[in-house]
Amino acid sequence: MTEPRIPIALRTQALEELLVERGLVDPAVMDTFIKMYETDIGPLNGAKVVAKAWTDPEYKARLLADGTAAVAELGFKGSQGEHIVVVENTPDRHNVVVCTLCSCYPWPLLGLPPSWYKDPAYRSRMVREPRTVLAEMGLHLGDDVEIEVWDSSSEVRYFVLPERPSGTAELAEEDLVPLVTRDAMVGVAKVAAS
Amino acid sequence: MSDIETATGIHDMGGTTGWGRAPVPERYEPVFKEPWEARAFAMALLSMRMSGTNLDAFRHALSRLDRADYLDDGYYGRWLHGAENLLYDSSIIAPGTVEARAANLSGGQVEEPSAPEPHRPDYKPTAAGSIRVVDAPRRFSVGQRVRAKRFDPPGHTRLPRYVMGHLGTVVAPRPAQVLPDTHAHFQGENAQWVYTVRFEPTELFGPDAERFGLNIDLYEDYLEAA
Repeated sequence: MTEPRIPIALRTQALEELLVERGLVDPAVMDTFIKMYETDIGPLNGAKVVAKAWTDPEYKARLLADGTAAVAELGFKGSQGEHIVVVENTPDRHNVVVCTLCSCYPWPLLGLPPSWYKDPAYRSRMVREPRTVLAEMGLHLGDDVEIEVWDSSSEVRYFVLPERPSGTAELAEEDLVPLVTRDAMVGVAKVAAS
Repeated sequence: MSDIETATGIHDMGGTTGWGRAPVPERYEPVFKEPWEARAFAMALLSMRMSGTNLDAFRHALSRLDRADYLDDGYYGRWLHGAENLLYDSSIIAPGTVEARAANLSGGQVEEPSAPEPHRPDYKPTAAGSIRVVDAPRRFSVGQRVRAKRFDPPGHTRLPRYVMGHLGTVVAPRPAQVLPDTHAHFQGENAQWVYTVRFEPTELFGPDAERFGLNIDLYEDYLEAA
């Protein structure tokens, strides 16, 4: 008879207690990591990059030439963002990012990945039938739109510069930021004008 | 805990089938759905330092998990299982200790193994992160046709099965990086050039494949001139 599985929450508690008791982890250090990714680092960072690229052509050129340096101008750098490549969506060409082997994701720009990015159906099928998968996720692209899929198999981190939606020409940079969604910066959605 | 030594291959999901419909993104999703996920995340990050290992070893620890440990406890449960394996491999905690503590937290009175003598690998990174500077010239150039090697990996690799053996075109140079295949096993950094290689789906999946470009980053050792 197989042993029943230990509930994962209990297992986590057991491990943390042991590590803390034995002086192997400092709970305050754990709390710092958690706070960093729960509140400080998230898709708002990427949205600021996008809004700046939309309103400042010279910044956009720098962003496409050297993503790491350009996002660092806004203060975004660090773990899982050591080399960032920005891929630009246009009316003819749609980029989408995946990590088939695990869940590699540009943390400094988008924070931790959402559950759908880590889902086996996404990981397995995005490199095989992206048009179908995007449609299942709610994004329907015309047949004339070329799709480029980027599998993040090294330490390079890919970031999608979405198209600026029509109807936003009057908006200032800071008013564009709230429109830019995380899903658009991975490539599974487009940015809406409102 | 898993006692499987070689990569099981569940993690190598690209192009596999049977996983069902694509997930529909939730409008609002918390970073950590349950408090334990946050704790597991933080412990996994710290497990590399505790065990004296590295990110490639952590990824390899995940790829060695059995099916239940990989799939049944969710994403952060997978990370917890991987972190535990790093700690067992380096003898930071004895196997069975977590189970005993979990039993005792549930009202049991199980004896817990004491702390073992740590045995971390003989390994020291030459720099932070995975990106390196190498002197060797690049073997491949943009526009060149290349073939991804086909091999049964003896351990960790970042060459997925869905591109193994297939013909592609180099579309971009990328920075040199440590080779995960050896770095995960503390057998040397083997820093080498990396390339984005573009494959046609008909090459990968047959004549009825969707039309798109598949771009993947491949380490120089994974490639041969075509």
